[in-house]
Amino acid sequence: MSTVRMQMLIDIMALEFTAVELNLFLDTHPGERRALDAYNATVVQLDELKREYEARFGPLTNFGYSDSDYPWRWVEEPWPWQINFAHMKGV
Amino acid sequence: MWIYEKKLEFPSRICSTNPKLAKVIITQYGGPDGELAASLRYLTQRYTMPTGRSKAVLNDIGTEELAHMEIVATMVYNLIKDASLEEIKAAGLDGYYADHDKALYFVNGDGVPWVAQYIQSKGDPVADLHENLAAEQKARATYEYLLQLSDDPGISETLAFLRQREVIHFQRFGETLEHIYEFYNHQHRFFMGDHS
Repeated sequence: MSTVRMQMLIDIMALEFTAVELNLFLDTHPGERRALDAYNATVVQLDELKREYEARFGPLTNFGYSDSDYPWRWVEEPWPWQINFAHMKGV
Repeated sequence: MWIYEKKLEFPSRICSTNPKLAKVIITQYGGPDGELAASLRYLTQRYTMPTGRSKAVLNDIGTEELAHMEIVATMVYNLIKDASLEEIKAAGLDGYYADHDKALYFVNGDGVPWVAQYIQSKGDPVADLHENLAAEQKARATYEYLLQLSDDPGISETLAFLRQREVIHFQRFGETLEHIYEFYNHQHRFFMGDHS
């Protein structure tokens, strides 16, 4: 897997982790306006980054959440457990 | 409905083949305080949580635990996939190999298979949340023992991430428990008011 692709995945992971963390916080603090604004801003950024990634490397999600070029790209390797980020710096 | 995303939650680095380390890390896959137990516990308890908030917390943490199960599996898979038979034997994984080759199976570090008795679903939200608080602490402690045993810097990084998530989940479950107490206190006052 190319370094560019790995770096994009890492950026997506970082943003989505932000979303997960804010999501759990909001579950127990649904009235926290600042956290909600940060969550909604993360959604926009994450959506943009995922679209860019998927256009180049194929769908990240299936079951109707992302479309695919021909032929069906969902079956392409690598699957997540086949990627080793060992040589990436700053991980 | 769940949607799978073709990525891990954390960019896991594995520096070298190390079946000895795989043998102990696998307990967080199928051991008593592992990620399978955590995800199934929360996802099955969520049905009888009394409020929208508590249902959300159990649903979302249960879902995140599935992602952690995948991270643990990825570590174990990569630590053993290139191991020679000699290395497998030296690591004491030959018994595991006889039953599973290098496939992933839900066992603890000594090969004891996962059982549903590891978890409880009591129908009493206070009891369930106390179980979950304890579960997060037990998982945190396990990750600390694994960090002591790890000699792979990439693996240690991932274990530290997973350990930190247990701390956050503990925090969220604690807040949920307080919220549940408030919910019942509120109901109680309402009930008393009706009959005064």
